[in-house]
Amino acid sequence: MGEDSSGHGCHLPSGLESGLSRHASGANGGTWTNVHLVSSRKTLVAIPAWNEEGSIAEVIGRIQLHEPDVDILVVNDGSTDSTALVATEAGAIVVSLPFNVGVGGAMRTAFLYAFREGYQAIVQVDADGQHEPAELHALIAGLDQYDIVVGTRFHPNSTYNVKGPRRWAMRLLSRTLSSMAKSPITDPTSGFRSAGTRAIQLFHRNYPAEYLGDTVGSLAIAIRTGLSVGETPVTMYYREVGRPSKNAVWSTLYLGRASLALLVNALKRTAPRREEEA
Amino acid sequence: MAPTILAAIASLFLFVFILWLLRKGVLKEKYAVLWLLVTAFALFFTLFPGALRWVSDQLGVEIPSNLLFFVALVILVVVSIQLSYELSRHEARIRRLAEEIALMKLEIKKLHSKNESD
Repeated sequence: MGEDSSGHGCHLPSGLESGLSRHASGANGGTWTNVHLVSSRKTLVAIPAWNEEGSIAEVIGRIQLHEPDVDILVVNDGSTDSTALVATEAGAIVVSLPFNVGVGGAMRTAFLYAFREGYQAIVQVDADGQHEPAELHALIAGLDQYDIVVGTRFHPNSTYNVKGPRRWAMRLLSRTLSSMAKSPITDPTSGFRSAGTRAIQLFHRNYPAEYLGDTVGSLAIAIRTGLSVGETPVTMYYREVGRPSKNAVWSTLYLGRASLALLVNALKRTAPRREEEA
Repeated sequence: MAPTILAAIASLFLFVFILWLLRKGVLKEKYAVLWLLVTAFALFFTLFPGALRWVSDQLGVEIPSNLLFFVALVILVVVSIQLSYELSRHEARIRRLAEEIALMKLEIKKLHSKNESD
């Protein structure tokens, strides 16, 4: 798997490529390039899945329907059910981790795969069907201008609504990250997002595997490394409506852990440690 | 005198126990050295309480046992931090290995299906 050739010296070409395409789209108003680049960019849709045999096939099917040209990678995160089998039969590439490592670890595996197989874009989609595959296009197209594009649930047409402490927590995280990035990041905890070549370069080595590291933490690392973050409005479906567990105590803990993830990753050294080199 | 004998026996027992673990190869040298030193010092100060009193005086600690407690606490804290560090490092490495194994399994599967179709 060409890792000897890709392990070193790849920073420059891919960085240049990404820089050029962003420059080109900026100079031309950023509209004409979209269709062309979306079709030519080698794209991987990564689905971290932990015991999702019930929904994974439909998610894969709907992605194939909307984006027939992308490859679909299911990272089977130590499932004890038949997730891997169902996903394979549905036509996805399946990578099975020997035990559960969480969304962050699963995504890093996806980034590692994307890096080694030479993908130019990777889109993260949840296995439970809460993300709308029809919106994949906007997330991929956004990579013409940004290194990372986050699907945001907060926009004028959105029905998504959170209240109370949870909302405050999300707002605080959003403000902090926005001011770090000097561009609006209204929904930093969204798991519906895309990453381009430069982000794949960074994340295949440095993707935080801790709780909330995959959302807030990865953005902090990206911004600190100088990657640009854009966003596009998305719809999300929730299977359960009430979510009674998310009370004030939960929100406080959540905010604490999210702040920690943000702080740690904002301070973290991003150079690879020796044992992590591929 | 009884408490002293008890402490001496405990220190000696620990010292021999560490050596035994080391000999069996279940404890790595880098951890064993620290504990051997600690138990050796413990044994020394149990057998010669005067030495502890002398050190306490030199350091201006009024009650010798307080010096003992303080030093023991510092050692335990440092050791816990070191263990947390080692544990984090191992977790990161194991995770890395899990990722590599997962990707390798996929690679093997691909090779197999390629061979079959040839």
